[in-house]
Amino acid sequence: MAEFLQFCFSGLTVGSVYALVALGFTVIYNASNVVNFAQGEFVMLGGMVTVALLAASVPLPVAGVAAVFVAALVGLALHRLAIEPARGSSPVELIIITIGASIFIRGVAQVVFDKQFHKLPAFSGDAPIHMLGATILPQSLWVLGGAGAIVIGLHLFSEHTLVGKAAAATAANRLAARLAGIDTTAIVSLSFALAGAVGAVAGILITPITLTSYNAGTLLALKGFAAGMLGGMGKPLGAVLGGLLLGLAEAFGAGYVSSAYKDGIAFIVILVVLLSLPQGLLGKHSAERV
Amino acid sequence: MTKRFRLLPLLAAGAALTVATAAGERAVAQDIKIGSVLSATGPASFLGAPEEKTLRLYVDTINAEGGILGKKLVLVVYDDGGDPSKARTFAGRLVDEDRVTAMVGGTTSGTSLAMAPIFEDARVPFISLAGAVEIIEPVRKYVFKTPHTDRMACEKIFGDLKARGLVKIGMISGTDAFGKSMREQCLKVADKYGVTILADESYSAQDSDMTPQLTNIKNTPGIQAVVNPGFGQGPAIVTRDYRQIGVAVPLYESHGVASKSYIQLAGPAADGVRLPAAALLVAEQLPKDDAQRPVVVGYKQTYEKATGEPVSTFGGHAYDGLFILVDAMKRAGGADPTKVRDEIEKTTHFTGTGGMFNMSPTDHLGLDLSAFRMLEIRNGDWYLAQGDR
Amino acid sequence: MRALLSARWVTLGVLCLVIAALPLVFPSSYYYRVAALVWISAIAAVGLNILMGYAGQVSLGHAGFLGIGAYAVAIGPARFGLNSWLCILLGALLSAALAWLVGRTILRLRGHYLAIATLGFGFLIALVLANEARWTGGPDGTPVARVSVAGFRLAGPVTWYWLSGALLALGTALALNLEDSSVGRALRALHDSEIAAALAGIDVARCKLWAFIIAAVYASVAGSMLALFDGFVTPDVASFLRSIDLVAMVVVGGIGSSAGSILGAGLLVTLPQFLTVFAEYEQIALGLIIMLVMIFLRRGIVPTAQQLFAPRRR
Repeated sequence: MAEFLQFCFSGLTVGSVYALVALGFTVIYNASNVVNFAQGEFVMLGGMVTVALLAASVPLPVAGVAAVFVAALVGLALHRLAIEPARGSSPVELIIITIGASIFIRGVAQVVFDKQFHKLPAFSGDAPIHMLGATILPQSLWVLGGAGAIVIGLHLFSEHTLVGKAAAATAANRLAARLAGIDTTAIVSLSFALAGAVGAVAGILITPITLTSYNAGTLLALKGFAAGMLGGMGKPLGAVLGGLLLGLAEAFGAGYVSSAYKDGIAFIVILVVLLSLPQGLLGKHSAERV
Repeated sequence: MTKRFRLLPLLAAGAALTVATAAGERAVAQDIKIGSVLSATGPASFLGAPEEKTLRLYVDTINAEGGILGKKLVLVVYDDGGDPSKARTFAGRLVDEDRVTAMVGGTTSGTSLAMAPIFEDARVPFISLAGAVEIIEPVRKYVFKTPHTDRMACEKIFGDLKARGLVKIGMISGTDAFGKSMREQCLKVADKYGVTILADESYSAQDSDMTPQLTNIKNTPGIQAVVNPGFGQGPAIVTRDYRQIGVAVPLYESHGVASKSYIQLAGPAADGVRLPAAALLVAEQLPKDDAQRPVVVGYKQTYEKATGEPVSTFGGHAYDGLFILVDAMKRAGGADPTKVRDEIEKTTHFTGTGGMFNMSPTDHLGLDLSAFRMLEIRNGDWYLAQGDR
Repeated sequence: MRALLSARWVTLGVLCLVIAALPLVFPSSYYYRVAALVWISAIAAVGLNILMGYAGQVSLGHAGFLGIGAYAVAIGPARFGLNSWLCILLGALLSAALAWLVGRTILRLRGHYLAIATLGFGFLIALVLANEARWTGGPDGTPVARVSVAGFRLAGPVTWYWLSGALLALGTALALNLEDSSVGRALRALHDSEIAAALAGIDVARCKLWAFIIAAVYASVAGSMLALFDGFVTPDVASFLRSIDLVAMVVVGGIGSSAGSILGAGLLVTLPQFLTVFAEYEQIALGLIIMLVMIFLRRGIVPTAQQLFAPRRR
């Protein structure tokens, strides 16, 4: 029982990390149907900028806010300078642009920062919380809570604000939205900035657990993309569900089956889910242009 | 018209590229060229970065002091990003295009093994900075290496375990090349030291939680110690989770964590961890009469002053490789690759950061177990473990 | 019809000419080495273009097939004493069988969902290659036995330049032929609109499956060539980043154009060699160039050039 619970805690810890990354994917996808492979770099920036500022004796909260600001700006720049000029390109072509952007951001990060691993202090200390013979780090709860807060925030934003509704309209039909007088370009720009901010928040929350380096974004993007697809792309709640399921699959795979093949087990879970639910866990049926 | 205009920036970039290539370093005929293919980016960049810094730093120093045999050293560095196929292409470039006298590089075992045949065919000496024992076993005429092998690390750990009477162990290894290769070697030499491996778990290099694997090890009856072959950030997370779920038996890390960043990342959880490492990490603690003391203290201070970051044994391997080569060139009286190779093989009593090198036609590493010190981490710093001198 | 036919011959003719003439300007065998790598990557890219360009499906796990081909020629001769040439064939057969098996199920998925499924599939292959060290040598990789023809050992960049160049010419000829066959026409119909294609009586599922299998075979053969040429192989050959590389070659060159795939391969393989002058800014330059090409040459190099030089054809 204690063992089972420990695997659960591990799965929730890792899963909430994936969920946070997947949420960033969701924001951009929702507004523009673009899969942004530079999302992992936003997460990396959140962690690395905070680390760098902290090292320059800036207090953690200030450093965190600054990092979110930087990542949001980078997101905005990504849209204005790379995605918008290529408007009309096919989804695969846009993916390659975002991959180019991710290489570029990584390249800048390795020059500006360094190539070592870094960590941030845990927000509520390192003493594990004991429960029925299993343990969980307080930071895991922060990450889990952060994912929940972002989902609620995104929901409130899209349902209860004018800008959010405009974003939803843009996502549903860009042409119709523009005819209705919505500045769709500004909306999509906003979504990139928002995704940058969400990514940076994720980066700050997870770095005490995952550690970070200029290179950390690649794998996070891979897992976050997988989690988002598993949940149904474009669904914030789906992103969280997908992330947690992915994390739990890895933890139980490692605990009960084979730690060498745990990543494989996670992908098999994805394949099985997608073959039975081709639009992901919470996905809806809609035409997709690919 | 607009389309054509849009092409302009691209054309300009292309032209700039061509000019830059043409204007690139053009060595004078009298200079001695040394090549280096390193993983300065990619997953092994935290190894490649200090290696590159060390090489550049000391080549500059050597040139400032008048070079070697009155000639300037020219260092050509390529970044393979950790990709063996790319490393191979750059190795070919060093040999065919740059026509280097020798190569000091090869950050990972995978890239080193991929490049070895090229230097072997071209008869250019290649001093690798990677761990795997396969690089020098069987012996290739032109291939050498400076880091201790992973087999030696296992033997050092198992020797310590045997001395402490902790012979029933669990292992948790990284699935990357380093962890996997060291795990194999540990399985091979376990019998020799009477060590039994009761649990054998693994994790991927960038995993962020290892509690399931550690829970399985903790629940294996009879475990007396745990060994973690791995490098990079993995061991720091293993160490943290080890304390989190409260495993009580001693934890051993490998020489793959021999840099201060491991202690920084793992924090107080690292206290009490033991690991085999080169004397470099405890430079100032070495006895005054230790032959290695001047070398390691010198390198440590020079590196830390020049880069502002704590020294690691990885950069030390590059230091050893460079100076074994420099000494060989001095003895050979020139930069003829074959003569230099012969002299590298004759390296004896060379004191480097990794230990005392005594190479021979059958041993292209030349270190023995005495090169390793057993260290223990206490209060966030390295100390020589009791009973190890 | 005639125009199409001649365009095909032009592509092939130019390719053969380039392969034949390049050595005239090569100052050292290093250039042969890089060029051989270009040809080998181009084989995989031309194959992937059949899937992406003709059938309109994306695979983010295509390097998995490179891995199968590469390890076929590594393991077969070393463990079973098989002939290396036979192993290229066996690898291709294995890849085809696997593509058939997997394709039947996952090709039902669409767009990004297909992408993530193929990604997972490629990931699994790389994982097996890294984990089954007893067979594959694990993450450190394994040496690949040299091949010989009638006692003549095939080694050295020059030999492999011609070998891979010839194979690329052959592969391109086949791909161009396919484009104009009934299968090719069906595939292109499918690219434009799956529903319309289905209404026109095309067996959509079967066409996609064939494109997937053909692309897998191209990649497998390329993987075998790469392993034989390098004489050494590690699981990196099947990595996610390698899959991305392949997709980037096709896209940068221009989706749907075989010539584009070859150019894309040329660009992405040689870029790191040129960019060494930027030293630590190399990655920045690489990312920037990829973005610039995709922004300014919208549809990729070849289609954009075609538009530029034949603007009023339509």
